[in-house]
Amino acid sequence: MTDLLKLTNVSRHFGGLKVLQDVSLSVQPGTISGLIGPNGAGKTTVFNLITGLLPPTTGDITLDGTSLVGRKPHQITRSGVARTFQNIRVFKEMTLLENVIVGMHRHLHYGVPGLVFALPKYRAAEKRARDRARELLSWMKLEHKADDLADNLSYGAQRRLEIARALATEPRLLLLDEPVAGMNSTEKTELMREIVNIRGRGYTIFMIEHDMRFVMGLCERISVLNFGKIIAEGGPEQIRNDPQVIEAYLGREDDEVSVTPGVAE
Amino acid sequence: MLAQQLFNALSLGCVYALFALGFTLIFGVLGVVNLSQGAVFMVGAYAALTAIDQLHAPLWLAIAIAFAFSGLVGLLIDRLVLKPLRKRDAPHLIPMIATIGLGLAMNSLVQGLFGAENQRFPSEVLPQDSLQIAGVSVTVLELGIILVSFVLMTVLMLTLNRTQLGRALRAIAESPKAARLLGINVDGLFMLTSFVAAGLGGIAGVLIGLYSNALFPLMGQPMLHKGIAVIILGGMGDIRGAMLAGLFLGFAEVLSVAYIGSDMRDAVAFGLLFLVLLVRPKGLFGTVQERKV
Amino acid sequence: MIDFLDNFWSVYSNLVLSLGTNALLALSIYLTLSCGMLAMANAAFMGIGAYTSSILTMNYGWPFPLAIAAGMAAPTLVAFVIGRPTLRLSGVYLAMATLAFGEVVRLCILRAENLTGGALGLNGIPQLTTWWHVLLAVVAVLFLLARLRRSKIGRAFEAIKEDETAAGLMGIDVNGHKMLAFALGAAIAGLAGVLDAHLTFFIGPQEFGFDRGVEILTMTILGGINSLFGPVIGALIITLLPELLRSFKDYRAVANGLILVLIVLFLPKGLWNPAWMRKVTGLAKRAAPSA
Repeated sequence: MTDLLKLTNVSRHFGGLKVLQDVSLSVQPGTISGLIGPNGAGKTTVFNLITGLLPPTTGDITLDGTSLVGRKPHQITRSGVARTFQNIRVFKEMTLLENVIVGMHRHLHYGVPGLVFALPKYRAAEKRARDRARELLSWMKLEHKADDLADNLSYGAQRRLEIARALATEPRLLLLDEPVAGMNSTEKTELMREIVNIRGRGYTIFMIEHDMRFVMGLCERISVLNFGKIIAEGGPEQIRNDPQVIEAYLGREDDEVSVTPGVAE
Repeated sequence: MLAQQLFNALSLGCVYALFALGFTLIFGVLGVVNLSQGAVFMVGAYAALTAIDQLHAPLWLAIAIAFAFSGLVGLLIDRLVLKPLRKRDAPHLIPMIATIGLGLAMNSLVQGLFGAENQRFPSEVLPQDSLQIAGVSVTVLELGIILVSFVLMTVLMLTLNRTQLGRALRAIAESPKAARLLGINVDGLFMLTSFVAAGLGGIAGVLIGLYSNALFPLMGQPMLHKGIAVIILGGMGDIRGAMLAGLFLGFAEVLSVAYIGSDMRDAVAFGLLFLVLLVRPKGLFGTVQERKV
Repeated sequence: MIDFLDNFWSVYSNLVLSLGTNALLALSIYLTLSCGMLAMANAAFMGIGAYTSSILTMNYGWPFPLAIAAGMAAPTLVAFVIGRPTLRLSGVYLAMATLAFGEVVRLCILRAENLTGGALGLNGIPQLTTWWHVLLAVVAVLFLLARLRRSKIGRAFEAIKEDETAAGLMGIDVNGHKMLAFALGAAIAGLAGVLDAHLTFFIGPQEFGFDRGVEILTMTILGGINSLFGPVIGALIITLLPELLRSFKDYRAVANGLILVLIVLFLPKGLWNPAWMRKVTGLAKRAAPSA
């Protein structure tokens, strides 16, 4: 089975600083994969490179075999990659429904004459957008708040809104950057279920997370990044017991993480 | 007479640099593009004129008065308008819009009070002599302008780079929040910077008034636009860049007047600006510092 | 009754029509603001439209509709040209670059004396604007902008205004949309310029400079940019103010400047602010914060 996402020898230098060195990884279609590592390892930079916010200094990034390097962010999104953000970036002054509909932007096919004269094509597209947005909100258990302003939501709800919005772009690959940061354990369990459902609908998920229980519970394949380099790759059991991974985490002062072999949480 | 033109250019460039410095200081430290700086510049010139006409002050005193008066205006602007906006954490464009309004109000107020016609400094006050330096005839006025500017710029640079105060200012320029956490009196330094930056603008106003022998209420406008060009050329927030770019613009303008024609002199600044924006938006001379909010 | 209306019109027709053109100008800045850009070039675009159309009607006898089209096309073209390098600048840089551009236009107008009459301006422009031109223009522009707001384009503008990066990552072509807002704003400003020039039969470079730009900005900010009515109301107030306060006519600019400052300080969302009004009338849109 061909890789959906593939990074080949990707490096990112900034001035004299080597943020990422020779990173290679791949994500298979229809799976949930994870990227973990201590703070400052370069994880969000990987996402920024994939989505075109930054160019790689060397190396290639391909989606289904086609290179993404050099393309603008909105083009990459249109190719089928969507993401959420580590520091939440919902559109605060818009309602939840509007937030999600924005994600559908490139799927609404009508032109200026259509929108000016409210032609059937425009009306149908707008209706489809509203219906689909409600559907996505319901996946995230947010449909009852559809007309509330995004600014009024709790932290956890805003993160779920971001996922709904990202799904609205009809991606093949969904990048989640710390999706459960700041959530309580009930919310986390809920989200785990929702993400499994999303995968069940055919989406591929690649996430960055610090919560080990969450990552180990969901991801089939995990890559570990430390100081800009991949130090391990494999299934949850393998990673949990990898001595290099353990050292990377225990050697740093990380408050949220505990990777102790053999201890079930 | 190339050498002649060079001196001309140098004095003009110094005034541009001085004006741009005030502008850049406010942007770097307060994080605001203060578009009332043009009006403050003009107010300084008129303050000096009033001091000379009404109080019969000698030139050096008039310049000091211009500094103080403009500085005061700048301080008031900070306290009354910029501070409440800071408290509210308004997006960057908002304070800028407010300063646009202030500038306009000040220009029109002065026009109402003094009239729109050109005024001049009385000729007794203007140094008339010229000196011969290396075979070139340089007026004492030009020399004075260059000297005053250089002294001020040197003092500024030394303060910024060698003193505790300068360190504090640079810390604020990087991140006001962090500076506050370090115990720096950020609010007090905002006041000081507003005062000094406006004061520098006021002095620049007097110097241009002397150089071109004309004061009029809208004299700050072309200066403001050129100031904008200078700080973009020099890289916004970059003190050294602002000085270099100011000097550069002075030279470019004078040389273009000498060799191309005088009616497009104001357009030189903008022509350069557009070229730079097209090619190197970060400016020719400086490095842009990203300000962490 | 008819007599009264006739008298009113003969005295105030210019004022009412100026209201219309000012409303158009305010809407043109509103458009760029709604996309998160502060572009201070619209007075210059107005000037380009005014001069282009006036030269065509005065010197070449073009029919009015064609002159209007040309007066809208010219600033739009210029907007496309200067837009490419300047629109990638953000916030403050963009505002300053467009301010500077406005100055360039003014200088060019002064310089091209043979064509534009230089500092003396153009005199004797045929008075072709009638009330229904202005009414049609305002209604058409309001209609167009209202439709845009309800479409993917309007949503894209709002998303860009809130968070450009996030908007781009949602598949929105940020640069393309910014250019659209900028160019369309230029076209509307140009339209206002054409109508205004053929109303007052005289135009001069000083009308399209910095003061004008600030006045337009004041109108829009005063009225508020949360709805389309805001700029129109702002235009109404700023246009009528000098008439209501006759003694202040000389200090018009001072008033404009002060109003801008006061609004920014005390009424940041402008006068016509649906959220504030709903709160006042007891209909709150914002639900209580939820868990």
